[in-house]
Amino acid sequence: MKFFISTTLIAVLSFAACLFLPWWVIAIAGFIVAFAIPQKAGLAFLSGFIALFVLWAGISIYMSSANGNLFVHKMSILFLKADNPTMLFLFTGLIGGLVAGFGSLSGRLLKKLMVKN
Amino acid sequence: MKIVYFFISAITTIALVFLLNTKMALPAPLGKLLSPQHGLWQNAEPADKNFSEDLKFSNLKGKTSVYFDERLVPHVFAEQENDVYFVQGYLHAKFRLFQMELQTYSAAGRASEVVGEIALKHDREFRRLGMVFAAEIALKEIEKSAISKMSCDAYTAGVNAYIARLTESSLPVEYKLLGTKPELWSNLKSALFLKYMAYDLSAHETDFEMTNAKHFFSPADFNLLYPAVQDSLDPIIPRGTKFAPASIKPIAPKNVDSAYFSTDIVSAEENEKPDAANGSNNWAVSGKRTKAGAPILCNDPHLGLNLPAIWYEMQLSTPSFNAYGATFPGSPSVIIGFNDSCAFGFTNGGRDVRDYYEIKFKDNTRREYWFNNEWKKTELKVETIKIVGKPDFMDTVAYTVFGPVMYDESFNGGRQTNNKSYAVRWKAHDASNDFMVFNLLNHAKNYADYTAAVANLSTPGQNCVFACKNGDIALRTQGNWPAKWKGQGDFVMPGMDSSYMWQGIIPQNEVPYQYNPERGFVSSANQKPVDESYPYYIGREYPIVRGLLINKKLAGMQQITPQDMMALQTENFNLYAQEMMPVFLKRINTTSFNAEEQKYFALLSAWNLRNDVDAKGATVYDELFKKFKENVFKDEFANAPKPIQMPFESTLIEATLKDSAYKFFDDISTTQKETLADVATQSFKEAVVTLKKIEAEGKLDWAKDKGTRINHLLKLEPFSKMNLPIGGGGTMINATKENHGPSWRMIVNLTSKTEAYGVYPGGQNGNPGSKYYDNFVDEWAVGKYYALWMMTKDETKDSRVKWTMNFSN
Repeated sequence: MKFFISTTLIAVLSFAACLFLPWWVIAIAGFIVAFAIPQKAGLAFLSGFIALFVLWAGISIYMSSANGNLFVHKMSILFLKADNPTMLFLFTGLIGGLVAGFGSLSGRLLKKLMVKN
Repeated sequence: MKIVYFFISAITTIALVFLLNTKMALPAPLGKLLSPQHGLWQNAEPADKNFSEDLKFSNLKGKTSVYFDERLVPHVFAEQENDVYFVQGYLHAKFRLFQMELQTYSAAGRASEVVGEIALKHDREFRRLGMVFAAEIALKEIEKSAISKMSCDAYTAGVNAYIARLTESSLPVEYKLLGTKPELWSNLKSALFLKYMAYDLSAHETDFEMTNAKHFFSPADFNLLYPAVQDSLDPIIPRGTKFAPASIKPIAPKNVDSAYFSTDIVSAEENEKPDAANGSNNWAVSGKRTKAGAPILCNDPHLGLNLPAIWYEMQLSTPSFNAYGATFPGSPSVIIGFNDSCAFGFTNGGRDVRDYYEIKFKDNTRREYWFNNEWKKTELKVETIKIVGKPDFMDTVAYTVFGPVMYDESFNGGRQTNNKSYAVRWKAHDASNDFMVFNLLNHAKNYADYTAAVANLSTPGQNCVFACKNGDIALRTQGNWPAKWKGQGDFVMPGMDSSYMWQGIIPQNEVPYQYNPERGFVSSANQKPVDESYPYYIGREYPIVRGLLINKKLAGMQQITPQDMMALQTENFNLYAQEMMPVFLKRINTTSFNAEEQKYFALLSAWNLRNDVDAKGATVYDELFKKFKENVFKDEFANAPKPIQMPFESTLIEATLKDSAYKFFDDISTTQKETLADVATQSFKEAVVTLKKIEAEGKLDWAKDKGTRINHLLKLEPFSKMNLPIGGGGTMINATKENHGPSWRMIVNLTSKTEAYGVYPGGQNGNPGSKYYDNFVDEWAVGKYYALWMMTKDETKDSRVKWTMNFSN
């Protein structure tokens, strides 16, 4: 349950923060949530990773489908040197996931540090 | 231990963010670019995007409504003329901001700020040509006119109103990729855009190349290679037209033979030059030749092909005028189009309005130069060129009475120290308000209005075509052209005194023109505008072949419809091939041919002389002619100084047809004497070697061999359109080359309700993520047109109106 709540919260907080702030606030969103809701370090990382993987891949798939999947082909050639939309959606998710995952992990580890001391 | 884990994790996070937010480690800031709420996904425009919007801006004087049709062409209806330019600026920025900025950065010699050191040579060239200097002079003149100042101010305010609304996520794709932000627009930027066009259309002289040719070849050979008049020329103003005597009689300096016509070899480095094929076709036929009895006007300007396209289509409507056509993002008004009374268009005048003078500096401080028997002070201008990621580059440019010193030791540095310096005299440095041309044409009601409008055209000079609903047709070869003595400015000139300077400008009432000519049509295709009876010297060679074919075709046409004109604009017939083929087929000696050579010769013989998409014979002919030209001249040019002008295609063809013993057929590097048959046969055999490779790549069809492409402005391949199935070529009416061609095809039938057609290779939205980015390209390639809708105010409920934007204060 904690895992689900953390993951959802990170996704929601990231989405809201990104409306106004630079993209890397997703790391801070993960950090704050993992700091506030204690989980095992590995799970904290996974919460952040899954939240942003799903969020970013999801939004990009949604936006691309609204676009009639016109631009994703051009983008994937630009970024991946290959016309592979699926790969680009996954890649987008991976980037978001890694940043938020490490943000969450850091939040969790700081909390641990502070609690024990 | 825990503290170590935390730090490792925290540092990894920060490093990851840093890595994905900058270009320090990866070639692109991937996090920034792929964040779906900030990066490129944001530019994936929804296919059903609603462009309707209500906007308020305090600078507006009244209400303006913009109706977008199904092709995203805006029909702008403003209560006030001021507002129409504000909205035009706003829409140009909304759909084309990046190209507007890139073009003006490039014009100002600031490209290095955007793309880095790779553009430094370009930037130095443009600073030294005095592009900003020219734009500042023009702007002063423009702002003297209340109308021009009003339209430029409103236009600038409109562009900036859009820029102010941009957020990180709504920035155009290119800014995101480059990591830059748009700068505020200014009237100076609009003036710079004008100078960019002036450069593109009036800076392709060959003074250095011709100077070297003059030095290298004997006078007799020089005249054979670069004839002053082409025999087959069919000038814009037909032969036999009577011209009034010249009111300015420029006099050649006394020492012209010793000090000018025998000039030494020069070796300035010219980094870049506009495409000499920046040509165009335009014509108008009178009602007596058309089916509907009304004049038809046609225009297709040939320019470099890019995405986003140089043109943006719109209708501008106010109580004082109603115009439709192609506009330039960067400039107010409709540039090529029509209004409720008449239609107007342009082809390039192509005369030499950029000359060079050799300057003698006192010493290498360049503070003084020798002029009219004394040391005269230069004005030194320090140019600071910002380079992204590198320290600034400082360049000092010396200004003389002629203009800026473009080439000197510092700019040729390292290549060849010839200790010579050349100042450039360019007509575009003189004060003029060329914007006025378009403002007045948008308002023009008749021939008198048109004449008054185009009289404002200074540089680039144009052949301005006109047709009116009252039945008038006209073509004026307009511009501020220097009155030159014969040969003046063909070569680099001595700059030690004032004797070689331009002595006057041809008065506006002495420019060649035609108004309702007997033959029932006017036309221009960049050929020389007049024959030798015109009392002013206007330079040597002009491209002639498109004009020949257009005039031949028009002269034989009656009962013309807009559809006939579409066929003519997209005509792929190769007139030069028609002239050369009998020679090749007769002279090429096939007796020693192997099976492969026989095969290609059969393709050539069976060819129908049309450069259509799938014509294999056209590819064979093209390779054959290229080899033929190369083989005829390469021996004579082998030791020529560089840069040097190669003879025109028309020169070789005329010579071959006239004289089968043309002296250049002989290969001077061999002892025996080669004939036309020898060089033609040899060229064919060499062409076959290339053709075999072309065929192996599956590119024997003409369109595949030519490989017409439209590059994105940043040369990003996924944003470009490659290998388009389009025929034609440089010397055909459908002048579509590899990366250059008809940039806007327009046909206007001036019947009581105007019937107009047009198409350009691009799309209305400059965003590569929009379906309106390149949706006209395929139609353009196959020669189709869209019906142009001159909307009226009572058609706001028409089914073609898809979205409405309302602007008010």
